[in-house]
Amino acid sequence: MKDRREVRRLTCIVCPLGCEIEVLLDRGPGGDVRVLEVEGAACPRGREWAAREVTDPKRVVITVVPVRGGDPPTVSVKTDRPIPKSRIPEFMRALAGLEVEAPVRVGQVLASGVLDLANVVATRESRSMGRSLGERP
Amino acid sequence: MGVRVVVVGAGVVGASVARVLSRYEGLEVHLVDANPDVGWGVSKANTGIVHGGYDDDPDRFPLRAELCALGNEIWHRWVEELDVPHTWSGALVVALEGDQRRELESLLERGRRNGVPELRIVEREEALAMEPNLTQEVEAALWAPTVGQIHPVRATVAIVENAVDNGVRVHLETEVRGVKVEGGEVRGLETSRGFLEADVVVNAAGLRADELADMAGVEFPRIRPRRGEYWIFDRSAGPKPRRVLFPTPTPTSKGVVVTTEVSGHLMIGPNAEDLPPDAKGDVGNTAKGLEEVWERAGELWPRLPPRRLVIRTFAGLRPEPEGGDFVVGNTEVWGFVNAAGTRSPGLTAAPAIALRVRDALVELGIELREKGEWKATRRDIESTIDLGWRERVERARDDPLRGRVVCRCNLVTEREVLEAIERMRAVGVRTPSIDSVKFRTGATSGTCQGSFCRVRLVELLAREFGVPPWGVTLKGRGSEVGVGDVKVLLRGASTGGEGSEE
Amino acid sequence: MRSRVEGRRDVVVVGGGPAGMAAAARAAEMGLDVLLVDEGRRLGGILPQCIHPGFGVHYLGEELTGPEFAQRLASRVEDAGVDLLLDAHVPEVRWISHAEKGVRVLSPGFSGEVRTGAVIYAAGARERHRFEIGILGDRVAGVYTAGEAQTMMDVYGILPGRRVLVVGSGDVGMIVARRFALEGAEVVGVVEIMPYPGGLTRNVVQCLEDFDIPLLLSHRVVAVRGRGRGRVERAVLVRVDEGLRDVPGTETEVECDTVVVSAGLVPRMEVLRELGALIDQATGGPMVNDRLETTVPGVFAAGNALVINDLVDHAAEQGEQAAEGAAEFLRRGGIPATDWVKLRPGEGVKLTVPQLLSGERDVWVYLRVARPVRNARLSLRGAGKEVRLPVVRPAEMVRVKLMAGEVRRAKVGGREVVAEVYGG
Ligand SMILES: Cc1cc2nc3c(=O)[nH]c(=O)nc-3n(C[C@H](O)[C@H](O)[C@H](O)COP(=O)(O)OP(=O)(O)OC[C@H]3O[C@@H](n4cnc5c(N)ncnc54)[C@H](O)[C@@H]3O)c2cc1C
Repeated sequence: MKDRREVRRLTCIVCPLGCEIEVLLDRGPGGDVRVLEVEGAACPRGREWAAREVTDPKRVVITVVPVRGGDPPTVSVKTDRPIPKSRIPEFMRALAGLEVEAPVRVGQVLASGVLDLANVVATRESRSMGRSLGERP
Repeated sequence: MGVRVVVVGAGVVGASVARVLSRYEGLEVHLVDANPDVGWGVSKANTGIVHGGYDDDPDRFPLRAELCALGNEIWHRWVEELDVPHTWSGALVVALEGDQRRELESLLERGRRNGVPELRIVEREEALAMEPNLTQEVEAALWAPTVGQIHPVRATVAIVENAVDNGVRVHLETEVRGVKVEGGEVRGLETSRGFLEADVVVNAAGLRADELADMAGVEFPRIRPRRGEYWIFDRSAGPKPRRVLFPTPTPTSKGVVVTTEVSGHLMIGPNAEDLPPDAKGDVGNTAKGLEEVWERAGELWPRLPPRRLVIRTFAGLRPEPEGGDFVVGNTEVWGFVNAAGTRSPGLTAAPAIALRVRDALVELGIELREKGEWKATRRDIESTIDLGWRERVERARDDPLRGRVVCRCNLVTEREVLEAIERMRAVGVRTPSIDSVKFRTGATSGTCQGSFCRVRLVELLAREFGVPPWGVTLKGRGSEVGVGDVKVLLRGASTGGEGSEE
Repeated sequence: MRSRVEGRRDVVVVGGGPAGMAAAARAAEMGLDVLLVDEGRRLGGILPQCIHPGFGVHYLGEELTGPEFAQRLASRVEDAGVDLLLDAHVPEVRWISHAEKGVRVLSPGFSGEVRTGAVIYAAGARERHRFEIGILGDRVAGVYTAGEAQTMMDVYGILPGRRVLVVGSGDVGMIVARRFALEGAEVVGVVEIMPYPGGLTRNVVQCLEDFDIPLLLSHRVVAVRGRGRGRVERAVLVRVDEGLRDVPGTETEVECDTVVVSAGLVPRMEVLRELGALIDQATGGPMVNDRLETTVPGVFAAGNALVINDLVDHAAEQGEQAAEGAAEFLRRGGIPATDWVKLRPGEGVKLTVPQLLSGERDVWVYLRVARPVRNARLSLRGAGKEVRLPVVRPAEMVRVKLMAGEVRRAKVGGREVVAEVYGG
């Protein structure tokens, strides 16, 4: 049997100090991860972050969605909650076909429950473009 | 039945030929170029100087000597007729040591023989009074007041627009691949867009004139590319000279020039580096070449601005014909007329070369009668940056798009961009490219080098040409600004502009 | 939006990014008659293209994306009753007297000169481009500045390329690298000339490590190649030594179709230069006093047009300060004369703002260090002030408050405060 213990080195991102943190962890047979020890963090927030980062790293995903007839022709969006880091590529592919109609308001939900992970919310507006592309409405 | 003349090469020389021939009844003139727009060969990247005509030795290079001096004279008229941005700033050829002074004297003598007026050698004090920032090392200088500067691509565009106005047909993105000759006479051209019948073919193919002559089985000296590199400074950077400053020339080159080019930027260059014959597309910049230019320029102009005020570097290739002289006129194949070997001062000589080509047609027995109606003038796109404040406001009040500034650095408005696009179409541009707008308006060539406005140009070009924005190009097919819409890779499909035929 | 343009103003703000919006809102909230002019078709400056989070933590107390931050400030501008002139370019500001300026505007809707008592110049910055950082080689498509690439992708919806090399590891460079990676492009690397990353550690982790993007320190891109096809095919890199000189024989080539240049920003100074404002070579922006007034009376500066900020919070804060300065200028017919104390960078410090201190008020001093230092000791020599900081980096502006009394100490000494940073 292989040793299931491993040491992960991280650079802390909680504050500008950027502590070099070492996390000793134990990998269960089902892939579950248990944190045994956190070293090198100057503060409790850093310790907490590091533990979470090795067990279940999550990120808010930011991208754009094309807007048909919109000025500008895209809106920026974010997920309304962080999603597991490992699933970001899959999440992005799931959004790739999404296109919405102008106008779009800030805060509008453009897709809900994507991969059962998060809703996608507009962070920028896009107006309906009168007649021709590029002309001011 | 008219005589079909096909001019190969829409550089300044081919354009000039087309314009001159557009004047005559009974000629059907076509202008063909492989590039997406006119003036994108050698004519794109050079110093833009309308030389005086004192450099060229009439014994060794009789055509250069004669056509440069004559070309200078004609350009004085053409810039007015065609509204080409220009300055008649004059030039100083600067001697730094005693034996260079002797060279000035022989330039003066050559100039006299070539019929160049108003040449004079000025002594140190006068040279420094004329150009206070000139090197203190100056011994004497040749003062040549007839020397000027033009914007070479805008000049070519102007000539072609006027030629088109007078009935010339332009075929861009049309590469000539063969010349059909039967019984010692030209019949036509094999091109990437099919066969073009021709009674007369004018070889104005610049760097590739030797290759075109080969296609016709006409003997022609080999053309080697000789690279020249340049630095351009921000408009705010100085000091700038009032006149074009040359060093004393060497046998291979007129040397590194220090000048304020027509749009008001300090520019230094070019050096002269011989490249292998197969390097006719090699217009990249090199550290070595640029350093050489910097050093040479500093010898004339010690107060060069700091490097952080450089906004651009570029390089051009001179088509250097073996033997060194222009090759102009009729050949052993009836109807194949050369207008080539156009090393420097080919830009200056272009209008005079064109007159020689007309004479060659007369020699062939083609009867040339001037048209009753021929339009001599053409107006440029009015540049907002050249207007005073009152005029700017008036224009903007009359036309809202004259009030929408697209390029901030050079104050190019949306109207100017749209007019450029209209004129691109008028000369047959098929592929929307940023460079076509840049050369016609100055947009993207200022302090920020387009980081603000390039995308605005993309938006306008896409709209006017009816293509998706990612299909707009920098300088023709293969230089699309994007590979598709922002999701193209995630969808796993390519909708890139590449390969999408028209 | 319908706005009144004609007529004399108390304040004209040039630039509608975070600094300009904050300035305009603050000035109007103080009861001044304000016109805000911006080139864009909408407010926000560069914020609408900065779609990542990280904006407003200090200024608004919550973390927003760029567009959201812009939206917040834009509503404040509107609520404050600021008149807006968008899609409008200011090529020139004309000096009439110390108390009167003419702001020249070109726009589709209005063109002409707007008379005003004070001007707040918040026109932002431009990006340094390939020619300024010595990238030679071929002039081909596929070379963009970071902001341009962002705008193409995140505003116009154009993907610039498939295989991307980023030049410069500041926050912007790393954030752009992540944007490309997210959209399925391959980011072949981020190249940094310095021996340390230019941006925040947080971005090294979240933008580069998260996406397995290699960071190549102590390297420089010297050329792009792409003969014939008209598109970038390769970039040429070279290693540099501690003196940032190229190490001969270390040239390597990287295949890519896109080179994104993220080599920093330069304040846009054309208008101020023409007006005769003195430019600080260290900041690239105008020299200002502690009211953020330039050396041209009645003309104030804020945001990236004053000094390149890494936090939007600072830019907005400067906008408010400039608005307060302008209000005082209008109230008193000019900023009162005084024997100014000069603030300048010393050992370990690259730049300091503001450059002139009155000693009549507490003042926020912004400074940027020359290299990263842990356990740093920041000394404001002349003012007798010392501050300890756990870590300082060139990427992060240091901001300290200098009390009026501390400045006055320098009035008896050398009439100068020198900012210096030492290791602990
Ligand atoms: C660095 C440098 C500095 C110079 N400085 C000056 C100066 O200051 N003053 C001056 O007077 N002169 C100067 N010159 C010279 C001047 O630029 C040239 O003489 C002039 O531009 C040549 O014009 P052209 O029309 O002959 O060639 P080009 O402009 O190259 O035109 C030829 C055209 O032919 C086309 N073509 C070629 N083969 C084919 C084909 N098979 N099918 C279709 N199309 C084809 C090409 O695409 C090209 O557009 C300089 C040159 C260089 C390189």
